[in-house]
Amino acid sequence: MACAVSTEPPAPAFDLDAAWRLHEQVSIRPERFGALLYHFGNRRLSFLKSPRLLDAVRELDAAPSARVACARAGVPDAELATFRTALGTLAASQMIRERSAS
Amino acid sequence: MTVPLPLVEQFQYGLDAPICLTWELTYACNLSCVHCLSSSGRRDPRELSTDECKAVIDELERMQVFYVNIGGGEPTVRSDFWELVDYATEHHVGVKFSTNGVKITPEVAARLAQSDYVDVQISLDGATAEVNDAVRGVGSYATALRAMQNLADAGFKGFKISVVVTRQNVGQLDAFAALADRFDAQLRITRLRPSGRGADVWDELHPTADQQRELYDWLVARGENVLTGDSFFHLAAFGDALPGLNLCGAGRVVCLIDPVGDVYACPFAIHENFLAGNVRHDGGFTRVWRESELFADLRRPQTGGACQSCSAFDACRGGCMAAKFFTGLPLDGPDPECVKGHGERALASVTGAPKSSLDHSHRTRLTLTARRPPVSACNDNPLAGFVPSGR
Repeated sequence: MACAVSTEPPAPAFDLDAAWRLHEQVSIRPERFGALLYHFGNRRLSFLKSPRLLDAVRELDAAPSARVACARAGVPDAELATFRTALGTLAASQMIRERSAS
Repeated sequence: MTVPLPLVEQFQYGLDAPICLTWELTYACNLSCVHCLSSSGRRDPRELSTDECKAVIDELERMQVFYVNIGGGEPTVRSDFWELVDYATEHHVGVKFSTNGVKITPEVAARLAQSDYVDVQISLDGATAEVNDAVRGVGSYATALRAMQNLADAGFKGFKISVVVTRQNVGQLDAFAALADRFDAQLRITRLRPSGRGADVWDELHPTADQQRELYDWLVARGENVLTGDSFFHLAAFGDALPGLNLCGAGRVVCLIDPVGDVYACPFAIHENFLAGNVRHDGGFTRVWRESELFADLRRPQTGGACQSCSAFDACRGGCMAAKFFTGLPLDGPDPECVKGHGERALASVTGAPKSSLDHSHRTRLTLTARRPPVSACNDNPLAGFVPSGR
């Protein structure tokens, strides 16, 4: 099968208090388990492994910080660390980018 | 974040749309590779028209299929090929197309280098002309290298060099990697399947058991930047899983649309047993993907059959469906290249293997014995390169 699915490198620390956005070359496809993300620039595929993570990613653009985006998506505090790791993985593969301070 | 099931488990039950869709635009091809998985050569008169292809692209856009892997045959010989590529990218469907390089002129390369949404994969099955041309035909190495040079000269970075691993080229993996470095390209190696004409040469071309180990070790040591199309998951039984989905994606995350619009479970399974429907019928491709009985069947939990009790079953999951089918093995048994040797033992009692009823091969075939340069420039001569047996 002609399918190249990338595996993610270990995620570096992710700044929950920074403002983030979806990369403009990334498309999202919702699926029962969460969503697929495809980056047309680097041709990488990523998986969002829960619908709530998808909600959080969709909140990023309008939220002042990733922490707020997670809150708006209803992420319980107890799970914030897990979401931080997941978002860090997305940042490492350039699916999401930090919004510049301006 | 709650993860009810690991991703691999999720994928077993299928997705609303494929992740990896292979679309073979034509059975026409200028080459006659001995191992062609789709037995290509001659154009099928029932080939989808330009408008029908565009309707498929419209559907893919609606289904949010991010990109299609376009192949053939040689897709670039379709006169509307570039029109279809442009139409797809304008409709947010990225294109990665496989070619033998025949149409990749400097002008085409320059155009391709400008698009973020088009990726190119040049097929090459030997790091030297001798090894490549024995399976792909005389002159095909030079054609591929010229295409790569044109892409590199145009500044196209990261195009793919796509290699089917065979007994004859497995020793050239480092040379392929060096070739990719030389052109600023990325190496992609995939597994040979006994599909199409591949069935005719399987016994001579598929890597030996020792070579499979060599290949696995090479992938573990050097494979970081090498794409594999996830195709070597049967080797996971050696130990560590290889990167990617270690799962047969047929009908679950992968499928094939053939040149006449027939939808098969996977590109290596062109046989009526794996035919799910046709994009020309009511409901189009979407309906086939979501409602076909065959795909529903493939998405049900599969039993490991004879493999269930094997310690490696969780790693290899029984291997490749197409490889089993076209070597005459039961689908719930071991892969013919099972690294534990179960496949070889099972093959010993196989008396016959199914064959696809579809064959678009050129009437003059390239044979593996034709390893010498042709006696004339025209290798259409049936005696070109003929070496009498017994030499």
